[in-house]
Amino acid sequence: MPEILSFPTRTEHTPSKVPSPMPLSVRHLAFQAGHTSILKGVDLDLETDALTVLMGPNGAGKSVLLRLLHGLLAPSFGEVRWNGLPLDKSLRRQQALVFQKPVLLRRSVRANLSFALGLRPVPNRAEKLAHALATAGLEHLSKRQARVLSGGEQQRLALARALILDPKVLMLDEPTANLDPASTLFIEQAIASARRRGVKVILVTHDQHQARRLGEEVVFLHDGKITEHSDAESFFDSPKSAAARAYLSGDILV
Amino acid sequence: MQDFAQSFYLAGQLLISGDPELGEVVALSLRVTASALAISALIGLPLGALLAVARFQGRTALTVLANALMGLPPVVVGLTVYMLLSNAGPLGVLQLLYTPTAMIIAQSILITPIIIALTRQVIADLNAEYSETFRSLVVPGHTAIIALLWDARFSILTVLLAGFGRAIAEVGAVMIVGGNINHVTRVMTTAIALETSRGELALALALGMVLLLIALSVNGAVSLLKGVDRSTAHA
Repeated sequence: MPEILSFPTRTEHTPSKVPSPMPLSVRHLAFQAGHTSILKGVDLDLETDALTVLMGPNGAGKSVLLRLLHGLLAPSFGEVRWNGLPLDKSLRRQQALVFQKPVLLRRSVRANLSFALGLRPVPNRAEKLAHALATAGLEHLSKRQARVLSGGEQQRLALARALILDPKVLMLDEPTANLDPASTLFIEQAIASARRRGVKVILVTHDQHQARRLGEEVVFLHDGKITEHSDAESFFDSPKSAAARAYLSGDILV
Repeated sequence: MQDFAQSFYLAGQLLISGDPELGEVVALSLRVTASALAISALIGLPLGALLAVARFQGRTALTVLANALMGLPPVVVGLTVYMLLSNAGPLGVLQLLYTPTAMIIAQSILITPIIIALTRQVIADLNAEYSETFRSLVVPGHTAIIALLWDARFSILTVLLAGFGRAIAEVGAVMIVGGNINHVTRVMTTAIALETSRGELALALALGMVLLLIALSVNGAVSLLKGVDRSTAHA
């Protein structure tokens, strides 16, 4: 009998009302690229330990917001505070970001994970490495060059590398875009598992089904502004903003 | 055409007979160039990587300088090193003129800018790909440079080959600072120059063919190494 795996459902993890291990506060955040305003004064508080989905049409500023939250971009105006503190290296070490297109080192699968482990004083390295390989389902590929893996395997490795340092916050920028359903399932299960371990997750996705499956709260962006921030159920059942309603019903937003 | 045929014959004879004089000249050529390459690599690889990764004032000026110095005229380098090492020069006390060490210094000066400039380009390209991931993982600067150099190692090998090629084929500088002294500082290129001036064109050409063979062997070895890496990538 083939094993039938199911996508995680929101009911598997109760929406958390416990305080986040790293509450986020964003004030008047703006980002300008040349003469184009990508973000236009965003205010956002993520205080609970929930899986937050950033949604919105292309060009809404989701990926830029995620990079600003992680400190990969410097804001043109405004500030990002984690735990009430401005973002610095020590705070960023407690976060991890998985990109849409995984960037892996030109090394073996195992060496990619070892490299990440070597960046922090981590006890039981060998054990952690073996566990990460097993969890990502990459044990049999551990000696293979990371760049010859399939797209799904590469993204699993990127996620394993992000999680191997036990981040308190995991950010993902459309991690399953262009992946097949089996790889998507694997990634979603890994995200759900991280959530169960208490990792705060911020996920950028275009996939409404994925957002429904995983999201506990939704932040909807349109034209560089947050037009809606609510728990996932109310967002999908009764979106308040016209932009979100149009987006969910499949209308083209410009 | 007869000269060419004769040269091929002579080159073959020299190689097959294991001519000790030829062996000595080839060995010295390789020793001088390998030493110069090692010194240049020690200086050039980290400097090139630093120029590619670090942001500091004067970085662009240094990059332009390294690029410009790639075209250093060998005779000018030879003359400068000669003036520094001659008895009247500031380093005359070291008594290095007309020694293999002087030739190593001259070749190092010639190829270090090549190693710096090409390494900078290779590492800058790879860093464009890695930098966001490195910043996300909060990779310290020195770890990033080592990782970039390691991951670009096969491109770096090609950079080193370019340096090797330039050094082993160089004649002007080593002639000035080495003096082409038999059994002391005679290398392939200076021997070729000498035989040409003597009118021994066939012998000069034969020596040239041996030089070409060395260059081909080194390139072949590197290609083989790259091939091994590609095949293990799919193991």
